[in-house]
Amino acid sequence: MKKIKVGLGTCGISAGGELVFNKLKEEIKTKNLGIEVNETGCMGMCYEEALVEVVDDNDSFLYSNVTVDKVGRIVNEHLINNKPVLEWIIKSNEVSKEDDFLKNQKRIVLRNCGVIDPTSIDEYIERGGYEALEKVLKNFSQQEVIELIIKSGLRGRGGAGFTTGMKWKFANQEKSEKKYIVCNADEGDPGAFMDRSVLEGDPHSVLEGMMIAAYAIGSDEAYIYCRAEYPLAIKRLRTAIRQCELKGYLGKNILGSDFNFTIKIKEGAGAFVCGEETALMASVEGKRGVPRLRPPFPANKGLWGKPTNINNVETFANVPWIINNGWEKYSSLGTEKSKGTKVFALAGKIKRSGLAEVPMGMTINEIVFDLGGGIKNGKKFKAVQMGGPSGGCIPASMGDLKIDYDEIVRTGAIMGSGGLIVLDETTCMVDLARYFLNFTQNESCGKCTFCRVGTKRMLEILERITIGKGKENDIDILEDLALKITKNSLCGLGHSAPNPVLTTMKYFREEYEAHIRDKKCPAHNCSALIEYTIDEVNCKGCGLCIKACSSNAITGSKKAVHYINQELCIKCGRCFDVCNLDAVIKN
Amino acid sequence: MNDTEVQEKKSILNFKIDLVNKRHQNGSLIPLLQTAQDSYGYIPEKIIYYISELVGIPAAEIYGVITFYSQFRLKPLGKNLIRICEGTACHVNGAKSILTALQDELGITVGETTDDGIFSLQSVACLGCCSLAPVVMINDATHGNLTMDKIKKILKKYKTEEKIRIAS
Repeated sequence: MKKIKVGLGTCGISAGGELVFNKLKEEIKTKNLGIEVNETGCMGMCYEEALVEVVDDNDSFLYSNVTVDKVGRIVNEHLINNKPVLEWIIKSNEVSKEDDFLKNQKRIVLRNCGVIDPTSIDEYIERGGYEALEKVLKNFSQQEVIELIIKSGLRGRGGAGFTTGMKWKFANQEKSEKKYIVCNADEGDPGAFMDRSVLEGDPHSVLEGMMIAAYAIGSDEAYIYCRAEYPLAIKRLRTAIRQCELKGYLGKNILGSDFNFTIKIKEGAGAFVCGEETALMASVEGKRGVPRLRPPFPANKGLWGKPTNINNVETFANVPWIINNGWEKYSSLGTEKSKGTKVFALAGKIKRSGLAEVPMGMTINEIVFDLGGGIKNGKKFKAVQMGGPSGGCIPASMGDLKIDYDEIVRTGAIMGSGGLIVLDETTCMVDLARYFLNFTQNESCGKCTFCRVGTKRMLEILERITIGKGKENDIDILEDLALKITKNSLCGLGHSAPNPVLTTMKYFREEYEAHIRDKKCPAHNCSALIEYTIDEVNCKGCGLCIKACSSNAITGSKKAVHYINQELCIKCGRCFDVCNLDAVIKN
Repeated sequence: MNDTEVQEKKSILNFKIDLVNKRHQNGSLIPLLQTAQDSYGYIPEKIIYYISELVGIPAAEIYGVITFYSQFRLKPLGKNLIRICEGTACHVNGAKSILTALQDELGITVGETTDDGIFSLQSVACLGCCSLAPVVMINDATHGNLTMDKIKKILKKYKTEEKIRIAS
């Protein structure tokens, strides 16, 4: 009996997955084939979307880059005549085109993503779902759960890497009638989409993790704080919560025990700083999301003044697996101080962008080349940006660095939530630093003077450097401001805001100097510092660039050498892109 | 009453029911504002006072919350909302030139609405489909792997549709 699964995470939908899904359903209905078509979450291979998997009794066939036009052939040849369309298949018993991407992974958090239908609690249960909860409620004391999580070595996957079990212990030790669990799903880092994919692809694993945490600390109420920009994640969470209430995993006397628990969703309203735990709590309370001084920590005084335990989506999703498979198995993965796996969102100038879960301790080179397939368009690998606006750039020369919380901090970057943007030789590091500073400056809540004003001043300096108006002592001023912002800010946003600037200055200082002293952008990226000209030898006068130019800056008659009028040129680079003869030069 | 008026009345009624249901919950202010915005497309001034009375929070404080979060707006939006992704992956893959093309074509900058009320342009920190970078979202449709020419063609399509709609 055949069954079809279509990857319908946000990435799949944007690549046209929903159209394919509807078309498949329609074709199967009109041809009366009686084959079930289900949706599933992100399979991780975003670069191959839309993905369609045809499963039969002894094999499964994964089709990549499926469009509506391809559906007809798949239905006719594969579904009706049992002849899989081999040229479109990337994975089956016999075909293994994308093996490198999959075989280097260890999927714990993503164990169900792209496998089950996220809207079906039964499929989750079939795969061992809610067994961990049952085990905990029947056989474990609160202390035993906490001990087990501490021993597993699980650290917070939101970025800072605090030991999860210790957090639970602190919240457990507080004496209070009311305690809260909060799930931080405010994934604000640009370039990070791990949590969204988990919520969209396997919401129940997060809910189960929250239930176990609630039991361990003695809480009966939880909030999931999710970005409003993730409408699909919110929708799937709502469905999952309703299913749990109907099945008795949420509510009163869960599974016959005396454990009561409810989960509510709070939609964020668009503020990056709300990923910080004290700001997040203020936002849940309906106020402006402004951080406050710690201590008191949320474990002592959190939501509405009550002890609160906050963990990130990925952290919670690890918990049921650890309970089911034992802490020994979990802690056998990874490095000495960073256990288990980490999900990375690979993007940027990489061939295979998508979601990958790897054991801690894998090197950057292994992730970029073995898993990610290397750099797009034959360009040279320059650096990776980790940890988003709070993180930093690690140069290609340090590619043998092992992924581990403490190793990464030593470079000046942070693990962060797991966005990993790959950069090639055409990325200007000064411009990248400016980009991140622009982001943090916009998102600073304005409470601390150094974060509010300091980031603004840093941004102004970076802006003038990228347009060729940098001054000789600008690097020193940037360093001085960076130090002061780090020291004099209350929360993580301010502490880490200068990181992108500091790391790029540390590893790519010569690029800053080239911008300031020579008024040159070595990556040929900053438009004020580049000029497009036409090579008289290579130009055959084909006129392609004239057609492409939107500002009428290029002149020249047919079959004669063309010229670019620098005064009219807006440096959009389209002439450079369209020229087949390498006649347009960027310098 | 025509269809749109009926629809409007209905959504406002729903909104008021929602408000009354939610007002006693802890931390209800943000969900209330979200409901208001869903119903009206933006948050009208009179609604701020209405909510203020309902939940007992001063209007000035509510205004503070509204302006803190980027989701809330105090002015109505254009018919088509264009959101350009400024995520890291989009940035390194040329989002800037896409923004230039959009601004040139529409004659507005980020945060503005065209005079005819047909397009609003906004930027977002990350749409989360980084593998399709650079990305622009128009209403609910995501357009990926864009170039300057591609985005111009897409805009043209929306403009023609609008013209056809007006003509009929």
